Formats: sequence, C-alpha cells, structure tokens
Amino acid sequence: MRVVVAMSGGVDSSVVAGLLHEAGHEVIGVTLQLYDHGAATGRKGACCAGQDIHDARRVADRLGISHYVIDAEERFAKAVIGNFADSYAQGETPVPCITCNQTVKFADLSALARDLGAERLATGHYVRRMDGPDGAELHRATDPARDQSWFLFATTRPQLDMCLFPLGGMEDKRTVRDVAQRLGLGVAEKPDSQDICFVPSGAYTDVIAKTRPDALAAGEIVTADGRIVGSHDGIARYTVGQGKRLGSAAVLDGQRQVVVATEPGRRRVVVGPRGTGTHTVQLRDVNWLIPMPAHDLRCAVKLRAREEPRPAIVRTDGITTTVALDDPALPAPGQACVFYLADRVLGGGIITRAAAPALQERLTA
Amino acid sequence: MTEMRYLDANATQPLRPAARDAVMAAFAASGNPSSVHQPGRHVRRIMEDAREVIAARFGGQPQDLVFTSGGTEADAAAIHAMSPGRRLVISAIEHDAVRSAAVGAAVAPVGRDGIVDLAMLEARLADGEASLVCMMLANNETGVIQPVREAAAVCRRHGALLHVDAIQAAGRMPVHLGQLGAHSLAISSHKLGGPAGVGALLLAPDAPFAEALIGGGGQERGRRGGTPSVALIAGFAAAAQASEGDDLVRLAGLRDAAEQAAVACGAVVCGDPAHRLPNTTCLALPNAAAGVQVIALDLEGIAVSAGAACSSGKVQTSHVLQAMGLGALAGQAIRVSLPWNVTPADIDAFVAAYKRVAGRLCPTLAPHAA
Repeated sequence: MRVVVAMSGGVDSSVVAGLLHEAGHEVIGVTLQLYDHGAATGRKGACCAGQDIHDARRVADRLGISHYVIDAEERFAKAVIGNFADSYAQGETPVPCITCNQTVKFADLSALARDLGAERLATGHYVRRMDGPDGAELHRATDPARDQSWFLFATTRPQLDMCLFPLGGMEDKRTVRDVAQRLGLGVAEKPDSQDICFVPSGAYTDVIAKTRPDALAAGEIVTADGRIVGSHDGIARYTVGQGKRLGSAAVLDGQRQVVVATEPGRRRVVVGPRGTGTHTVQLRDVNWLIPMPAHDLRCAVKLRAREEPRPAIVRTDGITTTVALDDPALPAPGQACVFYLADRVLGGGIITRAAAPALQERLTA
Repeated sequence: MTEMRYLDANATQPLRPAARDAVMAAFAASGNPSSVHQPGRHVRRIMEDAREVIAARFGGQPQDLVFTSGGTEADAAAIHAMSPGRRLVISAIEHDAVRSAAVGAAVAPVGRDGIVDLAMLEARLADGEASLVCMMLANNETGVIQPVREAAAVCRRHGALLHVDAIQAAGRMPVHLGQLGAHSLAISSHKLGGPAGVGALLLAPDAPFAEALIGGGGQERGRRGGTPSVALIAGFAAAAQASEGDDLVRLAGLRDAAEQAAVACGAVVCGDPAHRLPNTTCLALPNAAAGVQVIALDLEGIAVSAGAACSSGKVQTSHVLQAMGLGALAGQAIRVSLPWNVTPADIDAFVAAYKRVAGRLCPTLAPHAA
C-alpha cells in the first residue's frame, strides 16, 4: 500500500520509513519545513532548511523512496508559535508539541496523505495503535521511557484510524538505532532532538519577547492572601509547581514556597507552601478516544509529560470536563491532563486556569 | 524511478545530442585557452568558434560576449559592471538572480496579465537620475513575453541603461540584442539544451563596463577571470545552433493541448495567453496547494514545478504571481514547460494524470475527471 511517512530527519522516523519500505510498501517521505532554521539559529546567511531536512532527504535517497519537503512555515507560525506565546501571556505553560501534533502533523499530514492517494500516515512516535472492537485504540509504547502517548491525546479518532506507529512496540531506543544501522540509513547515532524545535538556543523567552513582551514584564510575587513577598521578571518565566526563581519569596515563615498560580492581568505570581494542592482540575479542548462517557469515569490521569499516572475520576457533560484527583496535586494551566486505563489512552484535555480560583478557595478556607 | 514525462524545461532542458557530442569532443582536447603553445591554441580556437556562433545567434558581436558560469552569474556581472553610479530599477517579476544582485532597487510593477507596466517604468525614470533598469525578456514562471524593445526606447529616452535577462527566452523566441536596443543580455546554456555550468553576458557596443565581478587572471578581456570551461562552452554553442531548428509552432500546439485539457478540469491560466513563450503555461487549480499538485503529479510520473524551489526543496509562493495580483491563486499554480524533445505521448500522459489529480484534489471543479 501507499504510505506517507512523516520524516523529521531523525533516527526514529527514518527507521519507520526504512521498515515500511523493507516490508514492500510504497513509501512517500514527507518532511515539514516548520520554521526558517537560519533565522531561528540567528546565523547570518544560513539556509532556511536545517540539517534535519538534509538528513531526511539523504535517508530517502539511500532507501530509494520519493521524498518531498512541505512548506508549513506559515501554518506553524500561526498555529504553534503564535499560540505558544499567547498561552504564556495568559498565564499558562503550553505544550507546543501537542498543538503541533494536533494541527500541522496529524490534521494537515493526514489530509496530504489522502490528497496523494495514500492509505496510511506513519510517524516515528513511540505509541501503539491497536485495532479494538470499536476501531483504532491508542496505547502507551512498550518502552515506558520512550512513551509519547501524553503528547498525542489530541489525535482524533479518524486520524488515528489512518495512522501507523511502527516504533510503539520497540523494546528500547537501542533497538531502533540498531535497525537504522542494519538498514544503512546514516543516522543511526544521531543524537535525540532536544526540547522545543523552534527554539534551538533553548531560550524560549526570546520567542515570547517577539510577540508578547507583556508576558516578560516585571511584577509582584504574592501569597494567596495577597501579601507582597517579592518581585519577578515576567510571568512567562513561571510555571505552577515551580520552586526556582522566587528569590526572597523562596522561603516564607520557614516553609519552602512554590508557584501555585499566575495572574496575567495583574502580572502577579502567587506562591504557597510546598505540598499545597488541589483536588479539582478543569479542562478545555477535550478529545475523546472512546465514546464520550455518560457516567463518572474512574481512570488514571497524567498531568505532566514525565510523571506516573495518578488515580482520578473524570466527569463530563459534553461542555465542561472536570477531573477529581484522589490526592491533591498542582496542575499547571496549559499542560495536558491525559486519561489512561492501564496502557490505553481514553482521552484528555488542556488544563485551564479555572483550577486557580478553586485553589484560592481551598487555600483561604 | 518511475518512467517520467519531463515537462519542466524552464528548470533545465534535456541535453541535446549535438551539445553532448560537442562537449565530449572538446573534453578530448587538453589545453588552456590562455596558453601560447599548440594545445592551448587548439582549445582557444574551439572557444572562439563558439563565441562567434553564440554572439551571432543572439544579435551581438563576439568581442562583446563574456562567458560566465551560467545565467545567474551573467545577471550579477551585468549589474556589477553597469550599476556603479546608477540607481537600480527592476521589474517586479525578475528572477532571484537579478533580485538578489539588485540590492535596494526600485520596482516597476506588472499588471494582472504579467506584463511590466511601461508607464510606471517611465514614471520611475522621469526624474532623469542615472539608472540601470533590469527587465527579463520572458518570464520563467508564466512564459509571458515583456515589451523589452519599448522599454529600451523608454530607457534610452531617459538616459538609462537596460539589462535584459533573456535566459528563458533564448531558443524559444527570436532574441537579438541589437534589435532589442538593450545594453546587455544574459543567456544560460542549459536552458537551451546545452550543458549546465556555462552562460554568457552579451554586451551592446555602447555598454559601459565599470568592473568585473571576478577579476582573477584577466581572462575574457578582463571582464571575467578564471580559466573558461572550453568543453561546456562548445556544448553551449552547439545547443544554441541546434535550437534554431526547433519547431516552435509544434511546441505551442502541444502546449495549447495540455492547457485546454487542464482548463476543462477547472484550471485557470496565469498571464496573458497571447504573449507567451510557446513552451510554457502556468496553471492555477483553485483551492489546491501548488506543492501538493507537484507532488501528486510526480507520483503519477509527470515532472512539473511550482514557484521557486529553495535549496531545501520546499515550494515557496511565487513572487511573480503575487506581483500579478493573483492573491490565493499565486499559491495554487504549477508551471508546465515543454522541452525541445516533447512528444504528443508526453502530453497525453500529462492530461490523463492531471485529470486524476484534479479530480482528487478538487472534485467539485473536475466533474469529468477519470
């Protein structure tokens, strides 16, 4: 069959292309040009394409498959980078990889695959797609260290139907590198990509400064009851749960403090004693990978990319979705809350700031 | 690789057999045309014969022809040689070869038909400031032929110089520097069906030449340093000669057949259809991204292009079509450009593939798609 493979130039997606080609499929490699690499790295005269695009083309050359570069710069700038800065300005800590997967990668690439007459879209994500009685299911990867299911909760069911994730069942990364070696792809020992792709320097605040300088303006650090205990240099530098960068507010009354909320309107960072938490999490942009449950859903939820799922009950009426955590936690607005039943992803949503008033209530009660 | 139908001549023409023979024959000779000895004189003769052939083909004098590494260098060398002390004015549809060399240039707009607005050009020059104008003879994306002879008259009236990028026009329409009245002409070998890597700057007898882009050892009468590639130059001349035998009427007939079939599928032709190179058509398919059309056609075995491909291979929206005011269509147009050796079977294959692709990408526009 004809399969479009999203090739980033890294070892994972290269191996996907190689394995599908080896299995006899007609593989069409596609690499998204997401941003001007020359401009992002600030190197004068540097090509708009990074080394990764070159690597993807060379892998396709070695495999003898078709390969194309798609200009997704405008779409990426609007949907991902713009959203990234706006989200920080609204007091959130966004996950741009989720937005990217949701828009540029799965929505746009599955449309492209259909336009090119392909039956499937394959990516190098570490998740497993399984055929269940009600259609395609999304499951965690075999290797827990590599599992990316948290980042893919927003994939829609029709998109999932079309997807292939050949690496989900791989034992570990070494196995994948060994396949790359065996297939002679030339990227077997290429380092893993780091952090946020469009911020190669690592300074994400540079990106925010360009469109939302307000998110980097100085303000006060306060306690939940409004006592001014310090100052900060921009709410975009603070995530709920964070204990660093608090200066004089780091320890109050002998207790270590953490950020419990940010208030973008008043440009304030709210701190509270470490161990503070809430039982209630409000979600937006919820995506279900099962039929929307009519009753309380007992499951486990992950509030951050790297943490163990925690027991909770998810309630939805189709408009608002609320998660009741068994044990209190500090969910960070903008991050994802993903619902699991064992290894299976049931759905998820983005944590809203609506959790903050509930927290205030609890703290001031 | 699938068997391909090559319809991307404006990117590069297939090498003509006569050019290949000339290149191979010249490669057999060793010598540097600057040398005093017999081997040097032998290759020098090959080079000078070629110079005469090419100069005559494009209406100039052999002593005014400077060999370069290609069309881009010819454009850059012309601007470098003639712009000192002059303001630059370029048309809005120039190739990047000119755009990147003409830093800070004023721009003369084009109409929706893709033709440079001469009144606007004249207005740009009306203040009488010494200027160098760059205008292409035929556009690489639309094939639309520009009123260069009239522009030359405007330039001369205002004391301006005119450099003409004739890279796409050469071999596909009469090109005569003297008759155009311009000051210089850029030509590229591989757009004629010669080898890539060689081109020429043909200067009018009255063209000033302030400075060479590459000085080097003073070759080409001090106008372009570096040992010339005699074999490529020989192939260039052979292609220039062979292109005289092309049947341009046949080419236009095949182009029109492809175009009419595409229009029946919902395509819109970009640019003035009455003033075009016989081998080129620019076809916009509303609501279908140009890049996707190119990929889908490639998978069907048809090689065409869209906009200007950057070195990453991504397809960028064409500045030419944007300058024509085509709006969203600018990102939905592909260029079909027939090579000198195109066959009716190539056109049939294109039409069949285009119907399938158009039917898939915008089914509402192509009710008759197979």
